[in-house]
Amino acid sequence: MKNLIMNILTLAALSIPATVALADETSINTLLQQYQAAGATSGDAKRGEALWNKTYTGKAPFTERSCKTCHSANVKKPGKHVRTGKALKPLAPSVNPESLIKVKKIKKWFKRNCKWTLGKECNAQQKADILTFLKTQ
Amino acid sequence: MKYPILIGSAILVTSVLGVPVVFSDDDRNEYRQRSVGVAAVNSPLYKEECGSCHMAYPPGLLPERSWKKVMSGLESHFGDNAELDADTAEKISAFLYKHSAEKSSYRRSRKIMQRLGKNDAPIRITETAYFIHEHDEIPEKMIKGNKKVNSLANCNACHSGAEKGMFDEDGVNIPGYGRWDD
Repeated sequence: MKNLIMNILTLAALSIPATVALADETSINTLLQQYQAAGATSGDAKRGEALWNKTYTGKAPFTERSCKTCHSANVKKPGKHVRTGKALKPLAPSVNPESLIKVKKIKKWFKRNCKWTLGKECNAQQKADILTFLKTQ
Repeated sequence: MKYPILIGSAILVTSVLGVPVVFSDDDRNEYRQRSVGVAAVNSPLYKEECGSCHMAYPPGLLPERSWKKVMSGLESHFGDNAELDADTAEKISAFLYKHSAEKSSYRRSRKIMQRLGKNDAPIRITETAYFIHEHDEIPEKMIKGNKKVNSLANCNACHSGAEKGMFDEDGVNIPGYGRWDD
């Protein structure tokens, strides 16, 4: 009888849906581990935020470039592609559940957007910091 | 004398099987789209990869030779970096080439090809002679001087059916100016 009750309790516990995680912790941790393997220390949200707002020089017509140029300074708000005007969904996982889910997608956009904004690919530390900043938003 | 029998049999088979000889709404829409539009984009991968920054332009608006140029220069794609990994690039290229303008029977594709020089390979749809002809009467203030439009490349700012490949004048609504009739 005791066994039966335990079985029922176990089944009940299993059927409770896991809390829906914001962003995808597994994907983010996978990336953070890769960045550490490439020489980064653990990500720092404050440094990430500073980098997010830092301005770089680029070719005309977009001589001043930063993450905020297309994504909003407030990552919980939608952005706007500076060249095409297309609306971009907010990057903050707290308001956009589709954000920071796929490793492949995060890598693709880091590569493209760092090249445009900084003029070169971001290093592992910069990526770790930005990702750590974004995931808390 | 064999034919009446064949036709008779065909009618008999059709009526027995109950195949209706009517056109569905889908057929009518398809016909209308062929006569006024361009084949709609039906690739989720293309929409995801190319539609993140701009409207996913229908491949039937440029010939294959143009798409080849576009796909070979993604590192500097109209001033932006739009690099793709090799596998994705290959899939997207295959999609673009398969549905490029010269392979399509849709009206807009045929018109673009008719006016394109044999070796012309523009990488902007807005540079094709047909496109220029179709937009040459619109004053600049409605496009470049219009913050909600900005550029002729922003199709869906005015063409309400652009995402579905519909570019007829009935569907035009210029922000701040309304419908366009010439």
